[in-house]
Order: sequence, then structure tokens, then C-alpha cells
Amino acid sequence: MILAAFSAGNVLVWIVWVVAAFACLGSGIAVVSFSNPFYSALSLIGNLASLAVLYLLLSAEFVAAAQVLVYAGAVMVMFLFVIAYLGGRADAPWAGGPSWQALGAVGASAALLVEVIVVIGLKTSGRLSHSEQIDGFYGRPYEIGRLFLTDHLLAFEITSIVLLIAAVGGVILGSHSRESSVEQ
Amino acid sequence: MSGPDVVWYLCVAAFLFCTGALGVLIRRSPLIVLLSLEIMLNGANLALIAFARQSGRQDGQIFALAVMAVAASEVVVGLGLIVAMARRRLDLDVDKLRTLRG
Repeated sequence: MILAAFSAGNVLVWIVWVVAAFACLGSGIAVVSFSNPFYSALSLIGNLASLAVLYLLLSAEFVAAAQVLVYAGAVMVMFLFVIAYLGGRADAPWAGGPSWQALGAVGASAALLVEVIVVIGLKTSGRLSHSEQIDGFYGRPYEIGRLFLTDHLLAFEITSIVLLIAAVGGVILGSHSRESSVEQ
Repeated sequence: MSGPDVVWYLCVAAFLFCTGALGVLIRRSPLIVLLSLEIMLNGANLALIAFARQSGRQDGQIFALAVMAVAASEVVVGLGLIVAMARRRLDLDVDKLRTLRG
């Protein structure tokens, strides 16, 4: 009975994984292949949401919540504002330009994919099939916050400095472009 | 761990990274280049979180959160540059930006 329930749960996890992984891959390809940037940004939102499901399957609850809040909530809204401001000009991915460049790009990324898959298959297949047991505190905000403020305090502070510099850079870029448009 | 092994997550992460690299290489609109960069960063994040789950430690999740903060900063600066380009009436085409003098 317990074994049957466990295997049913296992099958459910596999189904959720397959759906999320294929949604992730399909929306990633859609981001690259849509000619309208607006549709690309919308597909990236789907990509980020399915990645959040994968993070939940890996019991990283806090990172999944942060992914949805930071990316889908803040970054993508900014992207959509900028695309709406610029008018969303269409840019066909395969039109124009010498075709050997596109072929070389496809070949380079396919070679990268094959290399990574081969290395994963050759070097790690035996060792990665076993995962450590985790307790209920794994991935909780309490544990993440404790690690951020004890073991990884330097990374936390550097992250805050990076965000501050990005905010200052955004303000400077915006004000410069306003002055130059007034001069014109 | 019930469900798929870490290897499957790593394959998805590798595929995402290569999709993003393809987008960075073939697209000419800087907006879509930025979106493809986000896909590459998310592929790396997925690999980090999968390895964190496999080793049973949470340091990989800390690293993934730092990567998300860096990605947000990169989007702020990149979108600022794109808006500045559009206000100077430059063509939004990364192939036509041959010099840094604008």
C-alpha cells in the first residue's frame, strides 16, 4: 500500500517534471525564434514560470518564489515597458545578413550542447544518480537568510553594492539621453 | 529523491544555455539579445540549484540568488543603454553599432 502510494507520487513528480521541462524548452526556443520582441518577452515569462516549477521540484522554495517575484514581477514588467516604448519593431531572426553566419551560430550552439551532454554522460552519470537526504528545513527562507547573514555575508554585501551601482548607472544613462535629446 | 535524477535537470539546463547562446548569436535586436542572456543565466541557475539539491547543501541556492541579482542589474543597465540608443535615433541593430562612439 505504502509502496503503491510512493510510486504513484513518483509518477506524478515525473509528469510534472516532463510538463515543466518541455514548457521550459519550448518557450526558450520561442523567445529566440519570435520576430516580435513583445511575443519573445511573453514567452520568457512562461519560461521563468516553468523554471520556478522545476525549482520547486528541487525543493528550492525560496528561490522559486524569488524567481517569480523578481523576474516575472519586476524584470519582465520593465522589459515590456521598454518594448512598448520602443514600439516593438519586428526583426525576423532568419531574414537578411549572410546565411553562413546563422549557420555558424547554429553549429556553434549545437556543438556546445553536444559537448556538455557528452561530458555529463561520461563523467558524472554514476555519481549523480544518488542524492543526499534532506530534512524539512531545506530551502526555507529561514535557512537561506541564515546562510546569507553568516556564511555568505560577503556575497550578500557585494550583491547590494552591485544593485546600487546598477541603479546609479540606470539614472545616469537616463539623464544623459534626456540632455542629448534636448540639445538636438 | 523521488522523480528525475539530477542528470535530467542538467540536460535541461544545458539545452537552455545553448538556446540562449543561439539567440545571442543570431538575433540582431538588442532587446532579444538581452532576453536570450536571461535564458542563459537561468540555465546556469537551474544547474546550480540541481547540484545544490544533489549535494544536500544550500550554498548553490545562495549562488543562484546572487546570479538573479546580477541579472536584474544587467537588465537595468542594458535597457538603459537601449533606451539611450533609441533616443539618439540610432538603429536598434547590434550589427550596425560598429564603434563605441555612437
